[in-house]
Amino acid sequence: MVTGDVKLIGSWASVFVMRARIALNLKSISYEFLQETYGTKSELLLKSNPVHKKMPVLIHADKPVCESNIIVQYIDEAWSSYGPSILPSQPYDRAIARFWAAYVDDKWFIALRSILTARGEEEKKAAIAEVEERTDHLEKAFIDCSNGKPFFNGDHIGYLDIALGSFLGWWRVVELDANHILLDETKTPSLFKWAERFCNDPAVKPLMPETTKLAEFARKLFPKPQA
Amino acid sequence: MAGELVLLDFWPSMFGMRTKMALAEKGVSYEYIETDPWTKTPLLIEMNPIHKKIPVLIHKGKPICESLIQLEYIDEVWSDTYPILPSDPYQKAQARFWADFIDKKLYDPAWKIWGTKGEDQVAAKKELIEHFKTLETELGDKTYYGGEVFGFLDIALMGYYSWFKAMEKFGEFSFETEFPKLTEWTKRCLERESVVKALADSDKIIEYAYALRKKFGAE
Repeated sequence: MVTGDVKLIGSWASVFVMRARIALNLKSISYEFLQETYGTKSELLLKSNPVHKKMPVLIHADKPVCESNIIVQYIDEAWSSYGPSILPSQPYDRAIARFWAAYVDDKWFIALRSILTARGEEEKKAAIAEVEERTDHLEKAFIDCSNGKPFFNGDHIGYLDIALGSFLGWWRVVELDANHILLDETKTPSLFKWAERFCNDPAVKPLMPETTKLAEFARKLFPKPQA
Repeated sequence: MAGELVLLDFWPSMFGMRTKMALAEKGVSYEYIETDPWTKTPLLIEMNPIHKKIPVLIHKGKPICESLIQLEYIDEVWSDTYPILPSDPYQKAQARFWADFIDKKLYDPAWKIWGTKGEDQVAAKKELIEHFKTLETELGDKTYYGGEVFGFLDIALMGYYSWFKAMEKFGEFSFETEFPKLTEWTKRCLERESVVKALADSDKIIEYAYALRKKFGAE
């Protein structure tokens, strides 16, 4: 196991950064958090992630790791003897966790974001319908993966919990913006209860941003067109 | 072992070719079922209800979808033979990063090169060349992307190899002229039986690309 200092380039508001921070918390790794200023990209970020120029970037013993899901897997593997396993132990369960984490990013998140960027009521309604359909898939995935246990990963939060759960702050912000419930206790009861458990996990609680603070930030990021 | 491992795949798919390469590297036998993703067969819908796409690897009746996920699965299940992923966590992260880059950056402009015409096609060509250049820089003077060992990232990119000739033809450029180091790397990969057997004939791919162009109105 490589020892060495750990730095994380990121922002308090970023879902993807939160994933890395939850993973570091799970492994009890101390790290220096390098908060990026909104609207600019630091020299270190550009140097550490020249390909995508995006956060998060984990810098471990001066070596950068990019892309949130890849960082989470790296943390699990580099500190494999620390704390609980983040990926499931069985190859098939790992494949399923990776499949759904990719679904969260490639399909579910894209639909969620399109609610914020929708122009007009028709577009917004269509985006909401898409999110509801995809959330329904995730409800079924939760039932299959959790097997009666509290988290996708079983008894403890893991890779897929982190992949989806990190969105919970923004999930609430989009609900407020759309004036429409997107995590419905009656439609997706398992996910609804899971969300509360996830947010209360000690590795997550200190990191989940306050909804009002995040909503204010969202207004900067997704300004509404002037009437 | 019969029936234990099944691959639903479509002969021109660059993603299916990756999975075939990995299975061959591991010396694992499987049943191959040709599955046209344009006509969704009941088995495909049952095994990949979310995306309804190939390739789907079915192991003891349980489906694994998405080619890069299949590669990791194959490496983990048949861990006692030829390793596909590096064992060092940092090297693994790098391999995953670049495989992710390939799928995020190459696929769309590659499609547009044969699927569109005019300005769209020109823009796609420029983007594709830029990304291949980045990949060539990443290869550097290494024998393979995995260093001395052919592995995950080599497989991820060689999956696209059958389509290179089609890209050259529709994009009107020469892979060898633009990317000499990548070209040498492809020749080294083509020395491997697992790679050669997995790939489709490049001329048949060009025929297929023409058919797609007609279908999508670019001809």
